[in-house]
Amino acid sequence: MSAHDDTPAAHGDGHGHDELGIHATFGGYMTGFVLAVVLTVIPFWLVMGHVFDTSSTAAVVILGLAAVQIVVHMIYFLHMNAKSEGGWNMLALVFTIVLVVITLSGSIWIMYHLNHNMMPMINPANLP
Amino acid sequence: MSELSTTLPASGAPAQPLAFHDTAESHPPNGTLLGFWVYLMSDCLVFACLFAAYGVLGREYAGGPTGAQVLELPAVAVNTALLLLSSITYGFAVLQMQRDRQRPMMLWLAVTGLLGAGFITLELREFAHLIAIGAGPQRSAFLSSFFTLVGTHGLHVSCGILWLIVLMTQVARKGLIPANKRRLMCLSMFWHFLDVVWVGVFSFVYLMGVLP
Repeated sequence: MSAHDDTPAAHGDGHGHDELGIHATFGGYMTGFVLAVVLTVIPFWLVMGHVFDTSSTAAVVILGLAAVQIVVHMIYFLHMNAKSEGGWNMLALVFTIVLVVITLSGSIWIMYHLNHNMMPMINPANLP
Repeated sequence: MSELSTTLPASGAPAQPLAFHDTAESHPPNGTLLGFWVYLMSDCLVFACLFAAYGVLGREYAGGPTGAQVLELPAVAVNTALLLLSSITYGFAVLQMQRDRQRPMMLWLAVTGLLGAGFITLELREFAHLIAIGAGPQRSAFLSSFFTLVGTHGLHVSCGILWLIVLMTQVARKGLIPANKRRLMCLSMFWHFLDVVWVGVFSFVYLMGVLP
């Protein structure tokens, strides 16, 4: 805060800061890229090589790898950390993740049970 | 209470009166990037709704083709590679931008745009093929939600390419001024965010869609 107050000229227009608060490095991008390639190749190999016999096992592994890859992209490509923008970036992200989880799991849960409970109604044998 | 009144004068009067609010402006220096991040998070919710719709409807084939019959994984693998490569080339452009080297930065941006255009071309060919074999969005709930989700992502990538061309024109005319650097960082976040969404698309839609 005090460092920011020392630059009244840059403060006036609000975007006179040459350093945009993000310092990207070649090593960071390459680490992220290699990890992303590995995490992409594994699920494609799992499905195209028919590694798993059961679909549910394969689905769990694919979703797990996707979650890890999303975290890798967030850290190495989007430069996410708890300190950027004074923590507001992370706060918005956590809030969004909560909403996304509620939307996805809630929709699938409700619609699965709806299908399940509607089944006897559709069956003509149960109709009077 | 009496102790306070005796010790306060001993420590001397405070140098400045107590203040309980900020008198100076205190907005963060990178307000634009934070605002753009909030936009990306709201865009994330749009995709979450489309993913939820696909999650609910993705197995409702209505007697039509299933995912295993119409989705072609080799083409998707090429598409994934193109988008991932475009992410790293944009990263290289940002690295050149930080060193104020305009010409190599423009080259990396052009490579990024070409890779993105290749991605869109392949995706449009896939869509055209699906519609040609009668597996268009009106065929079943599965195909409707598939076209909506993948099409929305493709639309975002197309907008990103348009934005990239506009920004390259601006940099060519005005140089690497702070405003252009800020715009380049916003597009960087947008571009990497689309790659994050694509991770969800190829995992949830394509790879899980072809599972028996």
